[in-house]
Amino acid sequence: MDITRRRLLMLLPAAAVAWNYVQAGTPEASPNYKLTEHWWAMLIDIPKCIGCGSCVRACAEENDVPEGYYRTWIERYHVADWKIEKPEVESPNGGKQGFPPNEIGGKNFFVPKLCNHCVDSPCTQVCPVGATFVTPDGVVLVDKSYCLGCRYCVQACPYGCRFINPKTNTAEKCTLCYHRITKGLTTACCEVCPSGARQLADLKNPKDPIHEFLKTHTVQVLKPHMATGAKVFYNGMDGSVR
Amino acid sequence: MLIALVAFVVLRAAVVPRSFGQYGHYRGAAIPEIAARPIAFAGHDTCEACHTDVVDQKKQGKHIVVPCEACHGAQARHADDPASVTPPKLDTAVLCSRCHEANSAKPKAFPQVATADHSGGLTCDTCHQPHRPKIDMQPETKPATEAKK
Repeated sequence: MDITRRRLLMLLPAAAVAWNYVQAGTPEASPNYKLTEHWWAMLIDIPKCIGCGSCVRACAEENDVPEGYYRTWIERYHVADWKIEKPEVESPNGGKQGFPPNEIGGKNFFVPKLCNHCVDSPCTQVCPVGATFVTPDGVVLVDKSYCLGCRYCVQACPYGCRFINPKTNTAEKCTLCYHRITKGLTTACCEVCPSGARQLADLKNPKDPIHEFLKTHTVQVLKPHMATGAKVFYNGMDGSVR
Repeated sequence: MLIALVAFVVLRAAVVPRSFGQYGHYRGAAIPEIAARPIAFAGHDTCEACHTDVVDQKKQGKHIVVPCEACHGAQARHADDPASVTPPKLDTAVLCSRCHEANSAKPKAFPQVATADHSGGLTCDTCHQPHRPKIDMQPETKPATEAKK
């Protein structure tokens, strides 16, 4: 076959793509970990949360989170009997040191929060450079070496789960302790939770107890009207929770 | 035209990271990079592999459900090198109240006390063994209401 100028021009883009593919290799998160065999989520059992702040402290230590910033935090809700639509929400220091006593009437409870690792994440859709993404196993991550720090994703997250790390000037968020779950461990927050209010779940594992829990309990996600495909499931969540 | 196209292909190959587009519109190599971060919390299975005596104690009480590092903090370094990295001594006055200080937002069934009234200034481990917190009562010291049951 003669290589004409036209044929060469047609072949060059295909050759460039093929060369990229060959150079990419096939990196896996961990030698025995298969990205396609997992679909990570979390279950939060609100009636079990005691607001001790263990999860917030553990997250900060495990992930070197700067002081004053939180990848996970706890909110204390106070819903007065006559003010059901307007709950009072507080989270002093993210609940890191627990909460001061408040012996008041009405409905009071704790709500732990973190990135919801949405399937259709608004944060990943707005990133102009592809620095934040949903992994094949369902975790939303940030590529620090590629992030520009433009803050689009911080504004886009409807749950307020992102911040700009003042040391690196890049976007930061909960990684669902990706460095732990790919090694067969649970997340740091789930590991230290003394009341079992937080449970890591693998929705692709048919033996995971979450399937039975989801069948037998009334479970919700935060802001379902946003249609983000949030994967942090809340059991016993009051209608006043935002 | 041909030179411009070749220049574009060469430049693109040089600028775009090799693994970009492997799984989607992002750098595929970022996934193993993030996964490679070292852990700080060893996990209760690791603790229990050596501290079997503590596990036996915990099995006798409700604290069996409390993971070791909830109180003792991150211990992966201790697990890696138990001889030279020793966990610090804990202050029960701070630790116990983090969970058990009364708060109206806590679940009603969860054991709670107002520590100032409850302990009379004593530290918690004066009476309670943290791994097995329930106090053993001799029959003669049991409160009257409990003795009737």
